[in-house]
Amino acid sequence: MADLLKVEGLRAGYGEALVLNGISLRLEAGRAMALLGRNGTGKTTLINTIVGATRWRGGSILFDGNEMTRLRSDQRAHRGIGWVPQERNIFKSLTVDENLTAIMRPGPWNLKRLYEMFPRLAERRRNMGNQLSGGEQQMLAVARALALNPRLLLLDEPLEGLAPIIVDELLAALRKIIREEQMAAIVVEQSAKKILPLTDSVVILERGAVVYDGESEALAQDADTMSRLLGVAERGGH
Amino acid sequence: MSAVTSENLRPIGTPSEQLVAAARWRWFEFLFWGIAILCGLSMFAPMLGFNVPIIPSKMMLMSEILILGLLALSIDLCLGYAGLVTLGQGAFFGIGAYTAGLLAKHGAGVAPLSDPILGLLAAGLVAGFVGFATSFLVLRGSDLTRLMVTLGVALIVEELVNKLKDITGGSDGLQGVMSSPILGIWEFDLFGKTAFWYTLIVVFVCFWFCRRLVNSSYGYSLRAIKGNALRARAIGVPVNARLIQVYTLAAAIAGIAGGLLAQTTQFASPDMVAFHRSADSLLMVIFGGAGYLYGGLIGSVVFRIMQDFLSNITPQYWLFWVGVVLVLLVLFVRNGIIGLLSAAVSRSKGAGK
Repeated sequence: MADLLKVEGLRAGYGEALVLNGISLRLEAGRAMALLGRNGTGKTTLINTIVGATRWRGGSILFDGNEMTRLRSDQRAHRGIGWVPQERNIFKSLTVDENLTAIMRPGPWNLKRLYEMFPRLAERRRNMGNQLSGGEQQMLAVARALALNPRLLLLDEPLEGLAPIIVDELLAALRKIIREEQMAAIVVEQSAKKILPLTDSVVILERGAVVYDGESEALAQDADTMSRLLGVAERGGH
Repeated sequence: MSAVTSENLRPIGTPSEQLVAAARWRWFEFLFWGIAILCGLSMFAPMLGFNVPIIPSKMMLMSEILILGLLALSIDLCLGYAGLVTLGQGAFFGIGAYTAGLLAKHGAGVAPLSDPILGLLAAGLVAGFVGFATSFLVLRGSDLTRLMVTLGVALIVEELVNKLKDITGGSDGLQGVMSSPILGIWEFDLFGKTAFWYTLIVVFVCFWFCRRLVNSSYGYSLRAIKGNALRARAIGVPVNARLIQVYTLAAAIAGIAGGLLAQTTQFASPDMVAFHRSADSLLMVIFGGAGYLYGGLIGSVVFRIMQDFLSNITPQYWLFWVGVVLVLLVLFVRNGIIGLLSAAVSRSKGAGK
């Protein structure tokens, strides 16, 4: 199967600082990838670079065979990249409904299906973005990315700072989206234990470069590699 | 947490159904337009033998308030929805005024040229075109840059109006603006009675259009831009296109407002493009409250009545009191007069429970 996303020799950063130093990875349509690594290794920068929110310095991002590095971020979104940023970034002055309809594009993910996926949001449809709990905001951020009817979903630490019961609920929703709906996704996570069962492949970053690229199942069996590359990240988990 | 029931899913069905629900008319909106119509009807009171003080003699003032409200509305569209600050809306207002004025003046007798409604459309088109041409300047930079750029455009237009004496009449203004009767039936009269109804209808139509717009997914995306333009873009809002569109539309609406003023006062002057137009109308939006559409309309009523009232008492220092009120409003009230009213309403509702 052809690659949906093919990143090659990607270098990018913020201002004068270079964070990503030659990243290459590929993802097939309908498959999910876990993006792991210790803090400050460039996971979020990689996601931000794919959506076009950093300073690009070199290399290429091919999405469905098309070069994306020269496109504005809204054009990338319209080509089919749905982004769930780390800060969630809900529009606080809009209601849940309005957050979703503001960017909705035609496709299978309509309001009805989104609310079936996230019943909590359905209950709070008329609430403003700033009246939602952290978990609800995270669900809204995921639902909003889906409302774009993307072909690739980028999730940046979707479980961070959430109560355990919400984590379970969100993981169940992500499982449905990734496994049943066959949505291609890249998920940044601190906890390998939580995310490896959900994904097909895994990439680990260290100092802005790929140090591991393999199957999720293989890594899950490989305790040595995990502790060497992820170290403390796995001990506590969430 | 309950499961999704058909009950709480039904009303949303499609986005369009949900938008219709969001755009339902509320009681205070009926109240607002009802009062506007009552003000107009009061002109008939003397004929029926009632003596309503003040209002019938103030038809011109009321038309002007509506027109300024429309100008403020165009700013609210930029500022209150897209978060686009502008200090140059007076330029488009003036361009509209001169477009409608010149058409009416030189087209006198040639029916289609001096037709007021076509004149307004032309005013909107010309102002919208200039807005589109200058919108690219607004895309760059921060709020402060935008303030300066829009102010710069306004100053250029103001100076052009002064210099192009052969066309605009320079500082003497454009005399002899005589529009044909509206739809060939209603002539503009000396007391501004026709003008008031004409203005009210035009302002309402423009308002209704904007209301539809802001209560659509398009309007939500504008508010998303206001919230955080960078993020809105990455999440899929075409920010540049939206800003160009809304700035152009606001310019066209300001042009229509200017055209209305030229037609109803039968005059166009450099005062209509002057800097204080831009500043006053921005003040009106802040007075009334940005981001409600009604903010500009209510702000213009309060601002203009205050101006009328204060300049009667103290012709020299009325601006001082306007300043005092502005400072107090900004210090103690969020979102202007509408913010004040909605806080009062929710407080009384809370007390009733």
